[in-house]
Amino acid sequence: MKHATIFFLYVSQYMKTRLTYRVDMAMEIMSDLLFQAVNLIFILVVFGHTNMLSGWSRDEIIFIYGFFLVPFAIFGAFFNIWDFNERYIVKGEMDRILTRPVHSLFQIILERMELESLFGMITGIAVMVYAGSRLDLTLSWYDPFVFLMMVIGGAFVYAGIFVLLASISFWSDSRTSIMPMMYNIGNYGRYPVDIYNKVIRFILTWILPFAFVGVYPSAYFLGREEWYGYAFLTPVIGFAFFGFAIFMWNIGVTKYRGAGN
Amino acid sequence: MGKYIEMIRIRFLMMLAYRTNYYSGILIYSINIGAYYFLWSAIYGNKGEIEGLSVIQMTTYIAVAWMARAFYFNNIDREIAQEIKEGKVAVEFIRPYHYLMMKTMQGLGEGIFRLSFFSIPGMFIVSLIFPIEFSAAASTWLFFTLAIILSFIVNTQINLLTGVLTFFFFNNDGLIRAKRVVIDLFSGLLLPISFYPGWAQQVMDFLPFQAISYIPSMIFTEGFQGAAVYEALLFQVVWAAILIIPIQALWIIAKKQLIVQGG
Repeated sequence: MKHATIFFLYVSQYMKTRLTYRVDMAMEIMSDLLFQAVNLIFILVVFGHTNMLSGWSRDEIIFIYGFFLVPFAIFGAFFNIWDFNERYIVKGEMDRILTRPVHSLFQIILERMELESLFGMITGIAVMVYAGSRLDLTLSWYDPFVFLMMVIGGAFVYAGIFVLLASISFWSDSRTSIMPMMYNIGNYGRYPVDIYNKVIRFILTWILPFAFVGVYPSAYFLGREEWYGYAFLTPVIGFAFFGFAIFMWNIGVTKYRGAGN
Repeated sequence: MGKYIEMIRIRFLMMLAYRTNYYSGILIYSINIGAYYFLWSAIYGNKGEIEGLSVIQMTTYIAVAWMARAFYFNNIDREIAQEIKEGKVAVEFIRPYHYLMMKTMQGLGEGIFRLSFFSIPGMFIVSLIFPIEFSAAASTWLFFTLAIILSFIVNTQINLLTGVLTFFFFNNDGLIRAKRVVIDLFSGLLLPISFYPGWAQQVMDFLPFQAISYIPSMIFTEGFQGAAVYEALLFQVVWAAILIIPIQALWIIAKKQLIVQGG
């Protein structure tokens, strides 16, 4: 209950600060939309020259991209911790966080949230509806619930990987560029894993499981039964990675020495 | 002129001090090139060529497009926006140089640094991993050199334009981000312009963006032959000249109505 209250207090504070520069906020939402459109345009242009991509049709690829946008939007809204090392460790901001009686990761999530990213969910669902209607996909009563589980699983995969990388800063505060690199590796998950070689496919499934954010869960909705096993693993992998990340974070916090300020 | 060369040198040395950051940058670019390599291999499937480019030419295109990006890319739009917001720009006005020229030179210093410590070693590493073809003709290399210099000029001019617009919008992070996305798409970094449907290609002929990435990359992969090379270079020169007009106009207006919020 306490956490929920704090959450909404932060949200209302956030809205106030963002609404001060309305034009800029509109531009930011526009540029997010544009960014999502770029990838869509890429797919559309490419399929002007081919009909199949390793056995996947144009609309299926579009559907996968649409699905990917939803968990990614949730991740983008709440887990802006790619600059955790600089912002909290090097500048000593972590000291301030640790003096307060709420879990440190929860505070950082609240301080760094970017709620406008959530618009990506709407784009994602719209893209899925478009592709789904062209593919004549049918929905059963339980599909929305499955969708919810898959989305949460996917968002947790992303969150788990980034929290885990952020925890490294507790042990070593030297600057690394692993986090920005992860965003680029994450892009691999937007396309069917069959186009990659075995090594990359293995990495995307078990080590940096970005395939669970896009192609695997989408396979369930596309009725690709050969991938169902992986599809239903999505929430499991999500919770496992995120749980492990929180565990490492909690150990890391005890190792934090402070950089002075 | 001497002072501007000095600015290039200083920025170069500044970048040199932080060169370790660039090793990971090469890795990031290689990851991106890899993603597109696999994607394009799947797209080509059994097709020998699409729009006149073979799969090896396409891989080369992607690799050179990303590595050339390291040269022409800079953040001077963000820097200008920052200096305007902080009011530092007021001091810049009284210094004995042209502010925009100074920013361009800093961008060039950065570009030369990245070309020598990022693009060239990066291209070497990438060519070990992926099948890439280098042209043997000296003329191709000469035209390519010209083309990336012009692509630096056009890209920097677009950055100056976005940066100077901060004088009017006060806070234009959104515009800067939007510009970056537009450039990635319409410059030919992600997709060669010739892959777009005909009507889109016609629209893009009236925009400067393909001067940034498409033209140098096509010259490098020898996708352009004969007269097409000269036409492409002319396209770049014309846009480099045209873009001076709006920059100068905005700069003059901005100077007249400058409001400094602190500083």
